Amino acid sequence: MSTAGETYYDRKGLLGTLGRDGLIQIILIANTVIMLAPIVIMVFSAFKTNAEIFQSPFSIPDFTHFGNLLKIWTQTNFLRYLFNSVVVTGSAMVLILVLGTMAAYAIARYEFWGASFILMFFLAGLTLPLKLAIIPLFILMRDLGILNNQLSLILVYVAMGLPTTVFILTGFIRTLPNELEDAARMDGASELRIMWSVILPLVRPAMVIAAIQNVVPIWNDFFFPLIFIQNDDLKTLPQGLTSFMGEYTTDWGVLFSGLTLSAAPIIVIYIFLSRQFINGMTAGAVK
Amino acid sequence: MWITALLVPPLAFVALFIVYPIVSAFAYAFFDWNGLARGEFVGLDNFFKVLFTEPYAGWTRNAFGHNVQVFFALMVLQNGMGFLLAYCLWRGLPGARFHRVAVFLPVVLSTIIVGYLFKLFLHPMFGVVNVSLKAIGLGFLAQPWLGQSSTALWSLIVANTWHMVGFPTLVFLAGMQRIPGEVLDAVRMETESEWVKVSKIVWPLVAPSATVVFTLLFVGAFNWFEIPYVMVGLDGSPYGSTDVLGLYFYRTAFGNQSGATQDFGAGSALAVLIFVFVAVVAGIITVKLRAREIQL
Repeated sequence: MSTAGETYYDRKGLLGTLGRDGLIQIILIANTVIMLAPIVIMVFSAFKTNAEIFQSPFSIPDFTHFGNLLKIWTQTNFLRYLFNSVVVTGSAMVLILVLGTMAAYAIARYEFWGASFILMFFLAGLTLPLKLAIIPLFILMRDLGILNNQLSLILVYVAMGLPTTVFILTGFIRTLPNELEDAARMDGASELRIMWSVILPLVRPAMVIAAIQNVVPIWNDFFFPLIFIQNDDLKTLPQGLTSFMGEYTTDWGVLFSGLTLSAAPIIVIYIFLSRQFINGMTAGAVK
Repeated sequence: MWITALLVPPLAFVALFIVYPIVSAFAYAFFDWNGLARGEFVGLDNFFKVLFTEPYAGWTRNAFGHNVQVFFALMVLQNGMGFLLAYCLWRGLPGARFHRVAVFLPVVLSTIIVGYLFKLFLHPMFGVVNVSLKAIGLGFLAQPWLGQSSTALWSLIVANTWHMVGFPTLVFLAGMQRIPGEVLDAVRMETESEWVKVSKIVWPLVAPSATVVFTLLFVGAFNWFEIPYVMVGLDGSPYGSTDVLGLYFYRTAFGNQSGATQDFGAGSALAVLIFVFVAVVAGIITVKLRAREIQL
């Protein structure tokens, strides 16, 4: 990872280095065990009966007991919640990326009065904790007639996601050379065509960063559905989880299965794309 | 024309769903509310109510005190461990990449999942924590972690640390990896002491990472809601010992399950006070911490 660090340590006394590195390995391994154990216990418990969970919480199940998972599949609204989360997150992400690219392209590429002011306007939205404006948002959604409607969630998520997206994409587009667009313009391509066929392919790496930075908080969001959505058929996964956890309080196998199934999609994607996730989610914090 | 067409739709979203609600939140706090209907202008009455009139004032103080405690506890546990882990990962020993992926894994999980998972683990009878304590002969340490005032808030803090420690870790690690090799070589000439190296070189040079991590933690600690909501409920049980501003604001504005009254006036006043407090202090923290950042 850090070549600078390695060359530095290579020159240390061998014994001292061994001792120090041993301690570091122990800390890292202990920490990784602490990080993974709760998740492993959760997944194991999903395949156990209540009695097994209470008597031997750490034992490895034989993964043949699918009763809990079946119960969730057939007796709860889990699939519905999952579907709702996909719809809401998917729609919000498409809008965020389309609108964000439009604004970033305009701010980064055209000279016009107020460009920096508009960037500042988006930046202001970056840091404001929108939770505290929930009362006016609630009244706004009621006046728009979209309380208890997933549109309310999508609109808020788009507004929340745009500032970071515009910020990341504007910075990126500014680093791209102008020559390609100028050449396309010489050839008589329209502005829309230039944005679509010249710029869009180039900004794709930055769009991945912006997408991941937004998709995780939106997928995991609980607060806005809690306020806006009452109808069980419209609930998203984190919110649905709360009603479902309240229902099965004594059936621990089912509870652990519910948690496992809810966590599974994002864990699986994270395992395959961990580098992109880490880069995306720390993008705002790492210069 | 073309520029306008590109800019107006995204600007409209931000204006309507971020700027307008936040500006309105300030205005709402100065009105009397009957349920969802706005009454008359009452000046600073709502602010006076939540700050100085009992029982509101007591609730406000109680919740605010817990937020302060949560902030300092997480500062030490979450950010302190984050720095330590980053330092360990920075060495790039075999397996470091795996450890890095593992420490960040909980960060991608929903807070709701983390909250419920820890609630089950901390269950007084069947939770894995007490079961393990009994199994290794430390049964006397087993206790109702979430059910008694002395341990409830700390249990939430530990759950939060497990969930989020990967974030400061990776931000600090990125900061360390930006330290130029020449600087580290020069230090090696001067001293053998790990402590001197960390305190005099690494810590000052990761100052930009610290600024970001500290500020985000501050904002997060005073907006804390999901973990307590899931693990101890809206009332901050037991006996308000885990009540924080987020829960208190929600209860005041939207009532709790037992059907208490909605008070948008007092709720808005609370929101404005939290908002101003967080914005001002976060601003000061950022400016102060920026001042100690060094440009190499």
